[in-house]
Amino acid sequence: MAFEKRAETKLVEVPSPNKIPERDIGYAPILEVAHLGIDFGGLTAVDDFNIAIGRTEIAGLIGPNGAGKTTVFNLLTKVYEPTRGTIMLDGKSTHGMNTVQVNRAGIARTFQNIRLFDKLTVEDNVRIGLSNHMNYNTFEGVFRLPAYWKEEKKAHERALELLSIFDMQDLANVPAGSLPYGAQRRLEIVRALATEPKLLLLDEPAAGMNPSETADLMENIRKIRDEFQIAVMLIEHDMSLVMNLCEGIAVLNFGKIIAKGTPSEIQNNPEVIEAYLGKQKEG
Amino acid sequence: MIFLSHLINGLSLGSIYAIIALGYTMVYGIAKMLNFAHGDVIMVGGYISYIVAHNLGWGAIGGILMSILVCTVLGVLIEGLAYKPLRGASSLAVLITAIGVSYFLQNAALLIWSPDPIVYPSLVDLPWMSFSIGDLKVSSVTTVTVLCCVLVMALLTLFINKTKMGKAMRAVSEDKGAAQLMGINVNGTISVTFAIGSGLAAIAGVLMCSAYPVLTPTTGSMPGIKAFTAAVFGGIGSIPGAMVGGILVGLLETLAKAYISTELSDAVVFAVLIIILLVKPAGLLGKQVTEKV
Amino acid sequence: MKKLTMKKATLQNFTNYGIILLFFLICGPLNDVGGFMTRSLEGQLVPICVYIVMAVSLNLVVGISGELSLGHAGFMSIGAFSGAVVAGVMQNAVQSEPLRLLVAVVVGAILAAVFGFLIGIPVLRLRGDYLAIVTLAFGEIIKNIFNCLYVAYDSNGLQVAFLSSSDIHLEDTGRFLINGPQGATGQDKTATFFAGILLVMFTLVVVQNLIRSRTGRAIMAIRDNRIAAEACGLNATRYKMIAFVIAAALAGAAGALYGQNFAAVTPSKFDFNTSILVLVFVVFGGMGNITGSIVAAALLTVLPELLREFQDYRMLIYAIVLILVMIATNNPLIRGWIEQAAAWVKKLFTKKSTEKEAGNDGI
Repeated sequence: MAFEKRAETKLVEVPSPNKIPERDIGYAPILEVAHLGIDFGGLTAVDDFNIAIGRTEIAGLIGPNGAGKTTVFNLLTKVYEPTRGTIMLDGKSTHGMNTVQVNRAGIARTFQNIRLFDKLTVEDNVRIGLSNHMNYNTFEGVFRLPAYWKEEKKAHERALELLSIFDMQDLANVPAGSLPYGAQRRLEIVRALATEPKLLLLDEPAAGMNPSETADLMENIRKIRDEFQIAVMLIEHDMSLVMNLCEGIAVLNFGKIIAKGTPSEIQNNPEVIEAYLGKQKEG
Repeated sequence: MIFLSHLINGLSLGSIYAIIALGYTMVYGIAKMLNFAHGDVIMVGGYISYIVAHNLGWGAIGGILMSILVCTVLGVLIEGLAYKPLRGASSLAVLITAIGVSYFLQNAALLIWSPDPIVYPSLVDLPWMSFSIGDLKVSSVTTVTVLCCVLVMALLTLFINKTKMGKAMRAVSEDKGAAQLMGINVNGTISVTFAIGSGLAAIAGVLMCSAYPVLTPTTGSMPGIKAFTAAVFGGIGSIPGAMVGGILVGLLETLAKAYISTELSDAVVFAVLIIILLVKPAGLLGKQVTEKV
Repeated sequence: MKKLTMKKATLQNFTNYGIILLFFLICGPLNDVGGFMTRSLEGQLVPICVYIVMAVSLNLVVGISGELSLGHAGFMSIGAFSGAVVAGVMQNAVQSEPLRLLVAVVVGAILAAVFGFLIGIPVLRLRGDYLAIVTLAFGEIIKNIFNCLYVAYDSNGLQVAFLSSSDIHLEDTGRFLINGPQGATGQDKTATFFAGILLVMFTLVVVQNLIRSRTGRAIMAIRDNRIAAEACGLNATRYKMIAFVIAAALAGAAGALYGQNFAAVTPSKFDFNTSILVLVFVVFGGMGNITGSIVAAALLTVLPELLREFQDYRMLIYAIVLILVMIATNNPLIRGWIEQAAAWVKKLFTKKSTEKEAGNDGI
């Protein structure tokens, strides 16, 4: 598989002390997490998780199976309530917010086990993402007042525009559940984007994709970042994707961060090699 | 004195609810479904015991045993024909099916036994079991009901904790998939659960009809729903919870009837159910479960 | 392609409006001329409309929102009895019968919506089986309360008593509007078939447009995958509440219309069995399928009147079909067979039509 090798982004320290890309240093980090942790009963699933993500950074979260990566996403989106620690989104604490409020505050996500609205069409899935940005109420909707027509037309156009990122506009009227696996993963990204996030969390976006699909996905994630000027954080097992796409990487093992840094720093970190990459190479 | 008599009546009614609640709680714990038809199995138990004991003249013991046998078979049949094909379906679909089964039993009973109420002669007539405290007479039905409830609870607890089948039940209730991988016959275990629950329903039917001697095709539905309330009260899936919940609901209903109003006693019981579900959705002795993301 | 589906959706809506219009155009004149319909069938026209509204509104909760409500008849009774009070108060003051009916229906709908909201606050926090059992409990509580409620009206105004009517002292001209277990008595029968049709049309407009608005999409999204919907910023409880309250309001309106169709209605008319009957309509018609609800409600209301022998076995057959429909639509094996059969039939038809087109081209 031939990836275009890009120059590595330089990471610089912010006061927290965590590192973000040099180009984002003029702005506050979009996400700053300090000492985040959760216990399930007596079991500590995630502990002392610290990270900062720059405004337009593509960050990676890697680690062996069961390391707690998805749990971190669930904590950030408040699917689970953190036992301890703080999450600052764009300078504001998300303390006391629920999943819905966190999304409105600017975090959107996809799911490891795809969670689309299977019976609804592709376009309706995207329109559900757009829902909170449509400006008419239930009454106007039920009686089809002018606001309904105007906003639905706008949403239709916007949905097709977003679908065209992945060249999916022709599938708009297909039930989401009947799409092939890869297309379902892409649709989840589009749906998340439709909620107009500042930070996009992707949980194994390349899982089940073939190499050429993965390469396209990588280009598209970069394109999304460039076009929407948002930050992306992804969990992925495909190391070539992570090492080529991500600017800052955090490695999680047994619920704790064991290393953070640029792809080359991670690749050369002995602890990481032992915990994770070492096994990969042997395999 | 009057209060004491209400307490004893409540305890007796509560014991019946507890035995019915056991059926709900075991099935809910193991098959993860609300067997809406459970209450109607009680009614079937009542009719069978009446016909066998009274019309066929096999006596009280014969009536009780036959009703247990018929209800056990009925429970297994219901599970096999109506619920087994829906394994893995949404709880909405299973619940609607269970409502269908409940309606089927009621209306089949209506056609077979007519809607006219039967005055049920008590099958539990053991004068030596009755006693008095001062002016207060406690009938043998009351004594037997409470004793029966305690006995059933003890035996069931032993069964669940000491036997191989009991262990299998606990395993299936924890994790169906894992239990299957460990070589446990999940379908068989669920069938046994239904058999036990329905057998208990027959006992509850005999006790209930003996204590409140009017039997119609809809006799089982209200006590069934209240017993489910009791199971939720105590924490669904928990056997001691069913006992505690049953007795609390029985006392609550009796006291509400005595001190508030007969018409509103059901409303009071249901209002308490709603409050319990809001304040402590897992019930008094149950545990909370969350969805995995 | 896009336009085509827009058309398909609109077509579905208008099919339903068409069915109702046709029903009105056929039964209306027959009813007026008289002699064509039996007395009992004539008497069924308003109940048919009422049950269609009940079924479509329950479908909004069960099929669209995906929550099993077993207390829908409770909202119907709130509508019936609040409508009875309002109509009773206006009986001498307002001449126009349609106006009295309209006010009764509107008040019934508003009161049922208020109760729907109040009940929804605790109920919608629960999930699955618990939600079902609590709606059942609420239905029973409402029935019990109406069984104990006494409302009377005379020139001094309304008098309300609970548990016993002995506290109410009426003038000679006064009368009971709600009389405990006897329910509402001595009503003018103001409901008409035309009013029923209007209510059904209104219900269809509300429910169908709701489904195809952002609110309806959100409701269905929450049904299909609550966690994903919440991650998209949709407040599950809020949208479930919207569906629940709208359904309650429509059931209240239907109840008011139903109440005004009879001289007397008792609280026991709106018990658990009625809730189940409406659920049977929804399941027969297909959950989420509005056309299905209309047809099932109408057919299953008329059928027992037409087939007297059927009457005795009616509920037994409903029970069996309820079970069979659930198994057939949810068992993977059987559903597979049905889908195969459907595909086969479809293939058969498309083959025929393409042959036909080819034939036409030839000519």
